[in-house]
Amino acid sequence: MTKVKKVLVIGGGHNGLICATYLANVGFDVQVLEARDKVGGGAASRCFAEGYTSPSLSIAGYGINKKICKDLNLKFSSNTSQHRKDTIALDSQGNHLTLSDGSVSGKSLSQSDIDAYRAFQLEFRSYAKALQPLMMNKPPRLKDMDRQDKKTLAKLGWSLRFGLGTKSMREFLRVGGINIYDVLNETFDSPLLKGALSADAVIGQHMGPRTPNTVLTYLHRLWGEVHSGNDDKANDQIAHVLERSSLDAGVRILSDSKVKNIVLEESRCTGVELVSGEKILADIVISNTDAKTTFLELVGSRHLDAMFCHRVNSVRQRGSVAKLNFALDGLPSIKGLSEEQLAQRLIIASDMRYVEHAFNHAKYGEYSSHPVLEMSIPSIADASLAPDGKHVMSVSATFAPHTLKQGWEAQRDAFTEVVVETLGRYAEDFSSLVLHSELLTPEDIEAQYNVSGGHWHHGELSLDQSFMMRPVHGSAQYDTPIDGLYLCGAGTHPGGGLTGVPGHNAAQRIIDISKSSN
Amino acid sequence: MKKEVTSLKSSQVDFRQVLRPSPFQEKIKELGLVEDWMSWNGYKAARSFDTLAAEYFAIRSTCSVMDLTPMEKYRITGPDAKDFLNRLVTRDIEGLKPNRVTYVVWCNDEGKVLDDGTIFHLAEGDYRLCAQHHQLDWLLLSSFGFDVTIEEETHEIAALAIQGPTSYSVLTAAGLGDLEFLKPFDIGFRSFNGLEVMVSRTGFTGDLGYEMWVDPNDALALWDHIFSMKEQGLFDIRPIGLGALDMVRVEAGFIMPGDDFNTAETAVRADRDRSPYELGLGWLVNLEKTYFTGKRALSSEIQRPAHRRLVRLSVEGNKPPTDAFLYDSMKGKRIGTIKSCVWSPILKMNIALADVEFNKGKLPKNIWAEIYYQKELEWRATWAKCDVSEKAFWVHSRSSATPPNNF
Repeated sequence: MTKVKKVLVIGGGHNGLICATYLANVGFDVQVLEARDKVGGGAASRCFAEGYTSPSLSIAGYGINKKICKDLNLKFSSNTSQHRKDTIALDSQGNHLTLSDGSVSGKSLSQSDIDAYRAFQLEFRSYAKALQPLMMNKPPRLKDMDRQDKKTLAKLGWSLRFGLGTKSMREFLRVGGINIYDVLNETFDSPLLKGALSADAVIGQHMGPRTPNTVLTYLHRLWGEVHSGNDDKANDQIAHVLERSSLDAGVRILSDSKVKNIVLEESRCTGVELVSGEKILADIVISNTDAKTTFLELVGSRHLDAMFCHRVNSVRQRGSVAKLNFALDGLPSIKGLSEEQLAQRLIIASDMRYVEHAFNHAKYGEYSSHPVLEMSIPSIADASLAPDGKHVMSVSATFAPHTLKQGWEAQRDAFTEVVVETLGRYAEDFSSLVLHSELLTPEDIEAQYNVSGGHWHHGELSLDQSFMMRPVHGSAQYDTPIDGLYLCGAGTHPGGGLTGVPGHNAAQRIIDISKSSN
Repeated sequence: MKKEVTSLKSSQVDFRQVLRPSPFQEKIKELGLVEDWMSWNGYKAARSFDTLAAEYFAIRSTCSVMDLTPMEKYRITGPDAKDFLNRLVTRDIEGLKPNRVTYVVWCNDEGKVLDDGTIFHLAEGDYRLCAQHHQLDWLLLSSFGFDVTIEEETHEIAALAIQGPTSYSVLTAAGLGDLEFLKPFDIGFRSFNGLEVMVSRTGFTGDLGYEMWVDPNDALALWDHIFSMKEQGLFDIRPIGLGALDMVRVEAGFIMPGDDFNTAETAVRADRDRSPYELGLGWLVNLEKTYFTGKRALSSEIQRPAHRRLVRLSVEGNKPPTDAFLYDSMKGKRIGTIKSCVWSPILKMNIALADVEFNKGKLPKNIWAEIYYQKELEWRATWAKCDVSEKAFWVHSRSSATPPNNF
């Protein structure tokens, strides 16, 4: 029996916890170092005003990947029969659309749109499923492939060719690299339906519906949804469930332990030094933070090759989503929505031009004058989040670029006002209900959650930053140029969201490398 | 439409003038009898002034003067200047004292050579990097995370190479003081006939020689003062072009990026770029020092058997093996090509730099060149045996003698 390897995970976000748990389960001695006072990162809940709690950064959508839930035996308590929240695209006249798993409904919809939506969902979900072999493995290298890389490519080829079939595969290859704007225009008539779907494709990215690549980002989202293993109402529990499962596996968690730098000896990583000055030695260090923070801040460019540093420094990862938390005196009244519908995921994106125009501002370092909003009121399902009769509303507002022309400091209140006004167009009483509000700009997210650029995915999910180029080539298979240093965060393949797959893949990779070196 | 003609300021370069004139241009034009011009880093440079043989023998027998201004020059300053350069180049420059020069190469991440050049340590923390090719983008890219200022000063510094056995005597006679104790790779700052000059005992000829660095406004005065020694009838001094330099540098065994190997930045095909080991410059690589770009790749390269190397060859006979293929026996397996070659007038032999494939990690024992040559416009082919020389063909004790011999 070889010596038990000591592992340090920098950052206790969901990917870090998942990676740590997998490694602890196979006998590594794992310690998670979290800079904040609690683990969970963007998935943890956040008390933003006395008595009011809201999810930190994540809102809704999709949860931890099924395979991970099964492998780690993650148990989410769920008190509702409905597995997935509907998405309701709001219409100022009250003609809202309800998008469920495979169908859409709404008074204003034509039958052809309803049928087209069903076919579209079937088709796109089959693409998302076909990508599964690529997503759940380290991205194959194109040069010097190992056996696993060849297997992944073979499986991907098989699932595209035979899983999809000739016709679907051709269609997939046609749309895979283009923009969602063209695809939706080809498929649907309803501006509101197209607006809502295009919003899903661009939220979290610095992209508008007309930006090439937005079909891929939409597929990424669908892939996460299709393979989500938990009720999305349980997203608020993810942090707790993952923390518990890692502790059960024997992982030790050290909070309030911000890492100052990664310690190197020769060209090998031997541990970390905390901001407190304490040094912790380890055989393996896994960084759950983004590539820029890991390489340029924690390791330092003088220990790395120049072009590698340049590539890392060039990763596009300026966030464009601001998170707002509102404490409300009561439920806002939106024309035509019941309380049960208010508990769903709500989207304000009246049409694709609205979304594209919102993005135009971001291109020039301004926030959108008419932002795209994604909202939920989690206190309807979980009354403990707010005092009796009060509610919390959690809003992701797009586009709010990380680097604002005039700087965020002077613009905070103005942007909050823009969001409140936008909501007011759908819920007239909204502004009168606001008791407290909190704005987290990408700049705040960067500072508070230690993510360079404050980007949801630790880097745009664009083709040139995906697969074997994520985060950069030279570090795309979770290992890095530094021996003993690995990455496991959202910045690695297959990217962010709450899937936990980067953490899963990184753990597999580290286990494989440890086996082959023993 | 009315055409507006605006006069160009003297500081502006006319766009119709494709090649940039050097500050010595006036003199070069005056002395250049054959108008044999070429582009050197965008400057209008002389390939030769009159005859190649006369210029060659000026370098090897008397005193030659060459305009060095077009060489790419970068000024590197700031608190991290030394650390930045040490991360850039493969050699350890920790011990490079002020007023000293060192020869270096630098690599990309894959350990393939981007360019070679010299580092001049001008004053504590103040360096000049001279390079064959334009490197500003790579230097700026490499500077991420370092507190340094990098400025291109190619056009701000005029430089002359004064090379040859009598160069010391010429400069001393011209009034350049305290030259006798300037060792090879030393730098000195002097007042020279009223001009502030920097002089370094460096060169690309393998012979005794100096390089002088001045403000471009002083360029013509410097030139005139040196050539005034010739007018006094004391010494023969000749201006030389790049043609003669290319002969002596092959004799001295100096390689030319772009001619003898593809620089990593310009190599398109895999395997067309070269590591320092593959260029016979392994002695410039210090794997013990702190991290430098390409260190990981080079550390792993030396674990594997060598594939190839640039070698110095002497080639039998008197037919120059220009662009010749190399074989492991007469009509055998092809193992390489000649890169640069020259008939050395002073050594009376054919010498070359050649890229040779290794056989199972070893230099092949037999190397044959198939040489095509013309006799009265008729092509002929011949075979010539080649011998590898680990040492440069031209090494003369006078190049390093301190103090140098007086003439």
